[in-house]
Amino acid sequence: MATVPALDRPPAAVADTPVTQPRKGFRKYWHLYAAISPFYLLFLAFGLVPVGFSLYVSLHRWDGLGSMEWAGLSQYQYLLGDSDFWSSVGNTVLIWALATFPMIFLAMVTAVMLNSAVRFKNVYRFAYFLPNVTSVVAIAIVFGSVFSTNFGLVNALLQALGLDQVAWLNTPWGIKIAIATLMTWQWTGYNAIIFLAGLQTIPGELYEAARMDGAGPAQTFFRVTLPLMRPVLLFVLVISTVTGLQSFSEPQVLLQNTANESTFSGGPGHAGRTMVLYFFQQTFDNNDFGYGAAVAWGIFLVVILFSIINWRLVQRRGED
Amino acid sequence: MASIHSTRRPKAIRGTRSRGIALHAVLVIGLLLSAFPFYWAVIMSTHTSSEIFSYPPKLLPGPHFLENVRHLFDNIDFFGSMFNSLLVAGSVTVLVLFFDSLAAFVFAKFEFPGRRVLFATLMVIFMVPAQLAAIPQFVIMAKLGWIGTMTSLIVPAAANAFGIFWMRQYMKGAIHDELLDASRIDGANFLRQYWHVALPVVRPGLAFLGIFTFMGQWNDYAWPLIALTNPDNVTLQVALSQLNGTHGTTDYGMVMTGALLALVPLLIVFAIGARQIIADLGKGAIR
Repeated sequence: MATVPALDRPPAAVADTPVTQPRKGFRKYWHLYAAISPFYLLFLAFGLVPVGFSLYVSLHRWDGLGSMEWAGLSQYQYLLGDSDFWSSVGNTVLIWALATFPMIFLAMVTAVMLNSAVRFKNVYRFAYFLPNVTSVVAIAIVFGSVFSTNFGLVNALLQALGLDQVAWLNTPWGIKIAIATLMTWQWTGYNAIIFLAGLQTIPGELYEAARMDGAGPAQTFFRVTLPLMRPVLLFVLVISTVTGLQSFSEPQVLLQNTANESTFSGGPGHAGRTMVLYFFQQTFDNNDFGYGAAVAWGIFLVVILFSIINWRLVQRRGED
Repeated sequence: MASIHSTRRPKAIRGTRSRGIALHAVLVIGLLLSAFPFYWAVIMSTHTSSEIFSYPPKLLPGPHFLENVRHLFDNIDFFGSMFNSLLVAGSVTVLVLFFDSLAAFVFAKFEFPGRRVLFATLMVIFMVPAQLAAIPQFVIMAKLGWIGTMTSLIVPAAANAFGIFWMRQYMKGAIHDELLDASRIDGANFLRQYWHVALPVVRPGLAFLGIFTFMGQWNDYAWPLIALTNPDNVTLQVALSQLNGTHGTTDYGMVMTGALLALVPLLIVFAIGARQIIADLGKGAIR
């Protein structure tokens, strides 16, 4: 059995025998197709068909059980004017920004420090990565107690300092800051490890050359380190955008006790209701599958849009 | 930041030592911030709720851990849901390791018609967000009668684009063509090549993918929350969330004990594979 197909076969041979070739080809390669088939079959059943089907569902009114009723583009029309959806977009972007920019800054600082500290590097890396492997549910419960209004640690600290207490999980900004803090805590170490790997690829001669040219530490960082780190920065930014804009578990668990109407409502004033929470609320609480599908496509477009903007921003700075 | 570059400069010895101490001081603060929520969970799970609700907050562990554990076991089927989590995460990990590495082997080492298109499709699939498929997936699962069972979590996760892509990158470098040629001359067929030539070489890669998959499945929450409709038969994360939803405002010590105990298995897995994970994570990003 020929397991490594002949690459040197001239393309003309294919044209010479157009009828028998595909069949022969498939017989020759069937085991390869079989080997990759599980993923594609699963994707067909639980990926492609669902995505196509969700487009179909979004054009209907449907409660998930009864019969579907054709609705044309009316779900999308409603989505465009739905202030609840747009406020969830605003919440998501705010929380994302509150979490991502401090996180990238802290991760970069941590990575630069780790890159120079020779001793205990593995201990630090292990400890910094730990938050990322813990379950969001468990850690959101812990953060819920840290930010609790009545017995939370943050408020106890404020009180000890003689400052006013804040109803963290009860005010629009408090809610967003609590969620963003949780995300920053969970992802800073992860991104620091990635930045560190990037820093370690920068050859030492470049720093030496910069020093010879009389560059100070700050200048070296902004002129040498940062430009070379651009691909890694882009990777981190895109991953943070794609995951951050789809945040669900953090606000859901953190705020499930503060809202009484639905566990997906995002706390008092819906201040922590992210796009994906809104999707879950519409679909599985209100059983509005048709509108839920339209919301899902709306989320998809927002995420794509933001990824493109990020990509452009980081790339344009590279052209300067 | 100044100290970073100073370590690279042989002449700048002055002040290096004090800078080194300052650097470690900052790093230790970061380390404490990373570790603090775990410590906080330990404190809360060792106090009664009335102690937790009182001021000033307790900063040292108390004696009520076993009491909290007893409450926890009375309120949720902790070991039942942990068994479900182990079942799901374990099965998915085994399936992913097999299917992903098999497909990755094909993409890394063989030419066949349609290879480029199929691989490009894989990359596009990688980027499709989960909630786009959530509704139809739910409907399909309901039709298959899988809703409420662990099957609804295991089957769709059995192979994934990330793992295939990642293993392919790994295999391209790790498996040498001469080795494959030699085994083919010895009469090894495709499956024997996969099993006896490819797999032994890529063990470290498999370890990373396995640990990564296991942790991801163990922590998965959104889909299980929707798919596991029977509240008595859920995974640990969903059970924890239920517990927090019903007792989160009253018996805090118990809820926190649940959170702490749910973290333990994962911390063990991470402790075993940490070196591998941290090293490979960096490699993947800068490739």
